[in-house]
Amino acid sequence: MKSLLATLALTTALTLPGLAAARPVTLTTTLNNYGGDGAYLALYVTDSSGAYVGSLWMAGGKSKYYEHLSDWYRATGGDTAQVNGITGASVGAGRTLEITLDLADALFDAGYTLHIDAAVEDMRDSPNEVAVPLTTDGAGTPVQGRRYIASFAYDM
Amino acid sequence: MIRALHRWPGLLALALVTILSLSGAALSVFPAAERLAAPQAEAGLTVAALADRIQAVYPGVEQIRRSPSGRITAYWFDQGAPGAAVIDPVTGEGVASADPNQAERWLTNLHRSLFLGDGGRIAMAAGAAAMLILSLSGAALVARRAGGWRHWFARLRGPLAGRLHVEIARIAVVGLVLSSTTALWMTASTFDLLPDGGAISAAPTEVSGETGSALDQIPTLQQTPVAELRELSFPYSGDATDVFTLKTDRGTGYLDQGNGALLAWADLTGWERVSETIYMLHTGQGAATLGLVLGLMALGVPAMGATGVLVWLVGRRGRPRIRGNQSAGHAETVLLVGSEGGSTWGFAATLHAALTQAGQSVHVGPMSGFAPERYAAAQRIILLAATYGDGAAPASAKGFLDRLNASDRAPDISLAVLGFGDRSFPAYCAFARDVAAAAHAKGWPELLPLDTIDRQSPQDFARWGRALGDALGIELELSHRPVQPQTTTLTLVSRRDYGAEVQAPTAILHFALPRVALRQRLLGSGFARFQAGDLIGIVPEGGTVPRLYSLASGRRDGFIEIVVKKHPGGLCSGQLTALEPGDTVSAFLRPNPGFRPGRSRAPLILIGAGTGIGPLAGFVRGNTRGRPVHLFFGMRHPESDFFYGEEFPGWQDEGRLTRLVTAVSRGARPHYVQDALRGEATQVAELIRNGARVMVCGGRDMAACVAEALAEILAPAGLTPAVLKVEGRYVEDVY
Repeated sequence: MKSLLATLALTTALTLPGLAAARPVTLTTTLNNYGGDGAYLALYVTDSSGAYVGSLWMAGGKSKYYEHLSDWYRATGGDTAQVNGITGASVGAGRTLEITLDLADALFDAGYTLHIDAAVEDMRDSPNEVAVPLTTDGAGTPVQGRRYIASFAYDM
Repeated sequence: MIRALHRWPGLLALALVTILSLSGAALSVFPAAERLAAPQAEAGLTVAALADRIQAVYPGVEQIRRSPSGRITAYWFDQGAPGAAVIDPVTGEGVASADPNQAERWLTNLHRSLFLGDGGRIAMAAGAAAMLILSLSGAALVARRAGGWRHWFARLRGPLAGRLHVEIARIAVVGLVLSSTTALWMTASTFDLLPDGGAISAAPTEVSGETGSALDQIPTLQQTPVAELRELSFPYSGDATDVFTLKTDRGTGYLDQGNGALLAWADLTGWERVSETIYMLHTGQGAATLGLVLGLMALGVPAMGATGVLVWLVGRRGRPRIRGNQSAGHAETVLLVGSEGGSTWGFAATLHAALTQAGQSVHVGPMSGFAPERYAAAQRIILLAATYGDGAAPASAKGFLDRLNASDRAPDISLAVLGFGDRSFPAYCAFARDVAAAAHAKGWPELLPLDTIDRQSPQDFARWGRALGDALGIELELSHRPVQPQTTTLTLVSRRDYGAEVQAPTAILHFALPRVALRQRLLGSGFARFQAGDLIGIVPEGGTVPRLYSLASGRRDGFIEIVVKKHPGGLCSGQLTALEPGDTVSAFLRPNPGFRPGRSRAPLILIGAGTGIGPLAGFVRGNTRGRPVHLFFGMRHPESDFFYGEEFPGWQDEGRLTRLVTAVSRGARPHYVQDALRGEATQVAELIRNGARVMVCGGRDMAACVAEALAEILAPAGLTPAVLKVEGRYVEDVY
């Protein structure tokens, strides 16, 4: 498999009150060959009521295109401060984005959902390309996205 | 300064701007192709009706987009599988793939970033900046050369490469300035340097909570014509809190999916509008015709790159190294050069070498560096001054006149001024004359009176050198060889002899066309391309300086023909007129673009005497399109030196020559060509009033008499030869 090998270890911006323990989680996103330029991906978390909690990663450096990640954009009002320090390059077709973050234990098995919005220049916007509940059992189970993501999995 | 600002960015950015312009030109085709291919919505169609049609065909529709070309694309999900298609708005059905065109995508990435991401984008932006600098500095140069912005489209003269360069530039520069400025704006926008992001309107929090409003019942969609639509996004199925998002040319709004109410609306900001207009101007998306025009103009860039490099190379080659140049403070002779293209430096180098050999210490420098207070040891100052355009100072003489005029008095060092120019220009040696006049006005002592060199003539230069030598009391032989071109061997095929009876032995020499190498054919150099009126240079055996002869034939005639009169003691003419069929000479071609009849169909008045008939006969022979040609030909005696007398009747029958008027100077009543003109004054004036072009070839005295006669003939019509010269309708080739 072609891999971008963007393996990174960093502290997440996702700070929740009362969090004590955290663990490294690896998020692996593989794109299919959709035949377009590099995809912008926004990875973020909502709570059980669907409210935005925080962002995990932004693949794509030009904030003027963030509006095409429409769910993320509407949830955050396009606030780039939400992805300060957790922004990387866009991901080419067929490539894999692999990121490792320290995620709070409290995020798991508590009704939180991880979303990925995707957008490609001159192609359809795909908000909510992936939406997976964060559960300990679900770790390691790949899911397919709607349009651009061939597989996504989180491993602990 | 402007020239340097044009040359160096041009050479450095040549590759970048070439890629930019070629890819840009290729990309310019796509918006037009899309405009033609896309099924267009009927006038008055509303977004409500369109969305309804599409939803009827694709119930899972998520988004409808309309590109500036009018192409409508729909995106949907059908049983979990994403789909997309270009939509025919009449039926709502998909008619073509919505996948991006791979060639366009590839070209776009090349064009904006060389496939190198942000680094590439910055490099390409630098290329665009270089293009802008080149366009502006180039425009300033064109204006300066033409003698002002009002003369932007003035007739061009000079070597082909330079003319092509300017010819393309003055048309393409508008497009290039537009394309490069908009490119810089777009780059700034991409890197978030401009506040042109969309106004963020908060997602509406209050929704009706209901779903299922019929699309064609939503008032906002009913009021929005498809022509204004940019994007309509549907709410997620099953999410009652989601809304319709509508983007139009005016702004963005959210619509309730239950009752169709407009929940929020944000207009486009001024910055957004500006950025979108600029995007349209740059890409042609939404302005396909403009895009094609810009693309065509961009195609001029590689051509200008090639001709620009040629101009630079020729200028560089013509500017030799000065060996053993003395410092200004120690030199006895200070040689100052006013040169535009660099050829005058070659003469300076020759003069420097000859004076140095004669034991002088000589300093060579540009006229712009004129600093008389530094010339402590100088006994004489020699100015070699070309002229730029309509009499302006050439590049290396900028500021000279200002400095001289500002000084209290001229330096007490004797001065010689030598002008370089081309007699076919109305402002022949005008700058040198201005300098000489200013020097005279300041009381600058004169070493030699003003003299001039026509078209880099080595003979003129040698003659002036002897005069200088006399003034200095030294033997000074200047044998200047401008840039010795590669010669080709020509073989004489036949000759016709005339004039022996009138003591003017003359031969029409007919050479075979030499074989032309492929490289020459590609470059159009050597004898690969020539026309009657061009010159061939012949270096006589035992001589160093080439002599120039006007060609009486063009490449299409399939032979090379010149008319040569044997001058008493003439080295070159002696050798040429002694040639027998089968003999060879070494020759090179020098284009003479200032002396061509042009492609116009306006009548031609050709005036020549003696061997000056050569190129004029060539023009007549080449006149296969029946252009009216009136030839005035002065000779000594029709029985002896009536060159081409055998051909003229045939050319008249074939319609190549309208009228031949001859003047005979030997006999009871000497009659010269200017007399023949006066005899036809009415018709000549009539022809010129109606746009005829006058071409004169022959000796200098004859040309002066002809100009005088024409001045008389034209005076009643309020015209003068000078005016015609400025219009490019009166050209001379004199020797």
